[in-house]
Amino acid sequence: MEWSWTVVEAVLPKLAQGLIVTIQATFVGAFLAYVLGLGLALLKMSKIKVVAWISYWLGEFVRRTPLLVQLYFLFYVLPDLGIFLSPFVAGVIGLGVHFSAYTSEVYRAGIENVPKGQWEASRALNYNSYQTMRFVILPQSIPPMIPPLANYLITMFKETPLLSAITVIELFNAANIYSNSHYKYLEPMTLVGLFFLIVSVPSAYFAMRLEKHFKPKSMRG
Amino acid sequence: MDSIIEYSPILIKGTITTIQLTLASAVLALTISFIVGLARFSRHRSVRAAAICYLEFFRGTSAIVQMFFMYYVLPLMGVHFSPLTAGILACGCNLGSYGSEVVRGAIQSVSRGQHEAALALNYTTYQRYRYVLIPQAIPVMIPTFSNLLIELMKLTAVASLITISDLTFMAQIIRVQTALTLEPFLVILVIYFIIATLLVQFTKLVERKFSKGRQVVSDGGR
Repeated sequence: MEWSWTVVEAVLPKLAQGLIVTIQATFVGAFLAYVLGLGLALLKMSKIKVVAWISYWLGEFVRRTPLLVQLYFLFYVLPDLGIFLSPFVAGVIGLGVHFSAYTSEVYRAGIENVPKGQWEASRALNYNSYQTMRFVILPQSIPPMIPPLANYLITMFKETPLLSAITVIELFNAANIYSNSHYKYLEPMTLVGLFFLIVSVPSAYFAMRLEKHFKPKSMRG
Repeated sequence: MDSIIEYSPILIKGTITTIQLTLASAVLALTISFIVGLARFSRHRSVRAAAICYLEFFRGTSAIVQMFFMYYVLPLMGVHFSPLTAGILACGCNLGSYGSEVVRGAIQSVSRGQHEAALALNYTTYQRYRYVLIPQAIPVMIPTFSNLLIELMKLTAVASLITISDLTFMAQIIRVQTALTLEPFLVILVIYFIIATLLVQFTKLVERKFSKGRQVVSDGGR
């Protein structure tokens, strides 16, 4: 098995196009996950028991089933019910919904980790609920949320190859299509692996820096 | 719904394959987690560097890419795996990298005094890890390992793409043969959910077992 640079030259432009789709899917999916996750977190903390219970188990159901099957569900089942989505849209919705189950836990933990005394203090100051959230709770709960949310962005990036299973031509699928038509597997697959490393290792390092930056002073070692 | 019942034998077969795949790769992942995690504390720089390379490689590239690499590229270099072996290797190696960070973090979380006490008692490195550090680190690891086990179980669905006949693969067969879509995918989603929930309950049991004795010790020590 010889490494061939001509194959590399031929496949690189296709991979670059795929990478753009991968990055688009990651960011749109992440945006959805952040927004839906916030909604789910608020529902989970609802005072109405039934709403809290249903939203908790809905989140758990999404979290305990494979993203690949959820993607198949969106891609194959919805058209039968009369809803037609392009592969990319179905994929991005799948990514967003799947990871909203994770981000909702980040939001919930962030808000619940604010000490009880802070809520009591704002009540003692006669703050209304907007003021409590805006000036007391959120300023304390948002910074610790940032590193885990950034980490999920990296995780989602690494999950995007699953979109190839529903015919989205992202980085991995671009390589796969080339491989299957030219019967060259070594170079395209290795390059895809390399692309992932090039993006995710520096971003993991960056996320680690964020974590150190946003750690409460008392916990810095 | 009738035809889905007709297909229940292959769904059961798929469920068994999924469970086998999960358990086999969980054992592999756990072993790798400890080896790579402990290697990070090695006194030899080369061992630590090798552990970091392993971690960054398997955590940095996507699991599905690793699986395809093992199944399609390695045979070209003369290394042949059956689909099942490739699936177990990819799932195990991938989750092993995440697990090694859990092991490392948990051992680091054991207080410094325990380290020093073991040194004061003239324990060898092996004794220090075996009798002092690891037993105290395990309860810390379990909740994260529980989450990783669910991630691993979900990752096995990807193995259907390298022709392993697990649940997801069976659902695709049913879809192709019957043109049904809602039923097969809904059924396997529920089966996956049940498997995951059983795994969660199992790890909760393990957690209780490990934290029981621990509580007494840590209270007595204070």
